[in-house]
Amino acid sequence: MTEPFASRGFRRRPQPSATAGRLPPGQYETPDFPVLSAGPTPRISLATWDFALRGPDVPVARWTRDEFQTLPHETVTVDIHCVTKWSKLDTVWEGVSVDTLLVEAAAHGVKPAPYVLAVSDGGYTTNLPLADVTGGKAWVAVKFAGAPLEPEHGGPARLLVPHLYFWKSAKWLRELRFMERDAAGFWESFGYHNYGDPWREQRYAGDP
Amino acid sequence: MKGEALRLDGNAAAGILSEVFVPDLTTAQATCANCGTIRAMGALPVYAHGMGTVMRCPSCDAVILRIARTRNKLWLDLTGARLVVMAAAAAPTVV
Amino acid sequence: MSPASVPIASRASAIAWRFATVASVVTETPRARTIVLDVPKWPGHRAGQHVDVRLTAEDGYQAQRSYSIASAPEDARIALTVERIDDGEVSPYLTDVLGAGDRLELRGPIGGYFVWDNALSGSLLLVAGGSGIVPLMAMLRHRAAALATADMRVRHRVPARLLYSSRRWDDAFYRDELARLVQNDEALEVAFTFTREPPEGWTGFRRRIDRMMLAEVAWPPRERPRVFVCGPTPLVEAVAAALVELGHDPALVKTERFGPTGGST
Repeated sequence: MTEPFASRGFRRRPQPSATAGRLPPGQYETPDFPVLSAGPTPRISLATWDFALRGPDVPVARWTRDEFQTLPHETVTVDIHCVTKWSKLDTVWEGVSVDTLLVEAAAHGVKPAPYVLAVSDGGYTTNLPLADVTGGKAWVAVKFAGAPLEPEHGGPARLLVPHLYFWKSAKWLRELRFMERDAAGFWESFGYHNYGDPWREQRYAGDP
Repeated sequence: MKGEALRLDGNAAAGILSEVFVPDLTTAQATCANCGTIRAMGALPVYAHGMGTVMRCPSCDAVILRIARTRNKLWLDLTGARLVVMAAAAAPTVV
Repeated sequence: MSPASVPIASRASAIAWRFATVASVVTETPRARTIVLDVPKWPGHRAGQHVDVRLTAEDGYQAQRSYSIASAPEDARIALTVERIDDGEVSPYLTDVLGAGDRLELRGPIGGYFVWDNALSGSLLLVAGGSGIVPLMAMLRHRAAALATADMRVRHRVPARLLYSSRRWDDAFYRDELARLVQNDEALEVAFTFTREPPEGWTGFRRRIDRMMLAEVAWPPRERPRVFVCGPTPLVEAVAAALVELGHDPALVKTERFGPTGGST
């Protein structure tokens, strides 16, 4: 029986041991902020940008950039985990909690439904249960590390859902659509797990 | 199309495509199902995302092909290509 | 092995991973070296193609990157030239740790689009930035191998020009070999440009490649040269756009972007 091959002297980057307990299984910490993209960075004019919550039927609650900025913002520090195995700890974001948006939307008659589809400029989509974007678990983020969110990282605004793999934190967010039935998004319909809990290592479709 | 630091050329997809296709797909001509643009696949913008490889139309940005490897499966979505035409190699006769 | 004689059946073996053995390593610059490999049952390649390299750690962790083949198809061994990207995961291993006798897992050759053969007609214009020179050097080596052959049917002279952008003289690969190739061949011209620190007394180009420089170096569009551009993404985009603006047919301009850092990390 031959030994499995290993490249002599090759090791992955060393991990700071202090953070080991904070990493979900199979993840390693990165000091960078890798940019991964399935398409070109949309160049969005702030003057025409808007964000909408859309119910299963009309009506729609919509905010322009100026209107969005008047909503109460929070600053949060969270760990983020990408399914490609990098994690970034203690990242600081500023944005509007989805809970806040839902309260505002209710005033416009928009009622949430059990499932949400995040829809982005460029056509990217990702789906989540309503329960995973409420109760202080999700934000529409406009700032990262104290500065306005750069286009490469999803600016002007992205969804932030740190308790799930980071593909759920859709960049270039324009809409959260409420749906009565779950509908798989871009990666969920293409081999990746429908839910995506990093702590249960739910990377791919079929993972328990 | 504005410059885009992350996009690569069709060659970047050649490796994973070679796991699925026998002919070299980068020399094939693909027709975009969205806008009808025809291009050699080696000339398509490629976004090698880490989760999967996405080839897009250089004219309209629509996804022409996406391919991903998840554990023990390869996923292939060619719905963005109305047509793919490639040179046919003569199959050798095994003696 | 000339392209016409590569057996069709060998195409199916391109996807197989195999173990190459490092025959030797050659320092090219303070940050780059060439790894010469013996690859069992190597099916042969075309100039411009690349290989995928895969490293495996003791715990099973794997990292994979692509590297252009630097050697001519005529050589028995294949050569990869790798530049060290600081903080990279794979390149520092290849430039600092890997040595003669070590095994390296690879698959290839890959990529039939960004290739050039002596059989192709038309002038050849090569534009390289940084490590983008590697696949273009394979093309020049292949072209030189044809000129060395005694067979007059093959030994035709395709006019070729290389425009090679580097930060400084010390960063440019293959300088001596390029000088020899030029010396032995009147149909080959090489122009360097240095963007950070030209050597003392340098009278050549000393800036990023731009439209004016390309207008000087390239043949007029009506001559329809075949163009290959390779290097960091910003350079490739600027050069490709400038060539099209100058009137070159986009179908004759082939690009290989190496990504924002211009190399495999």
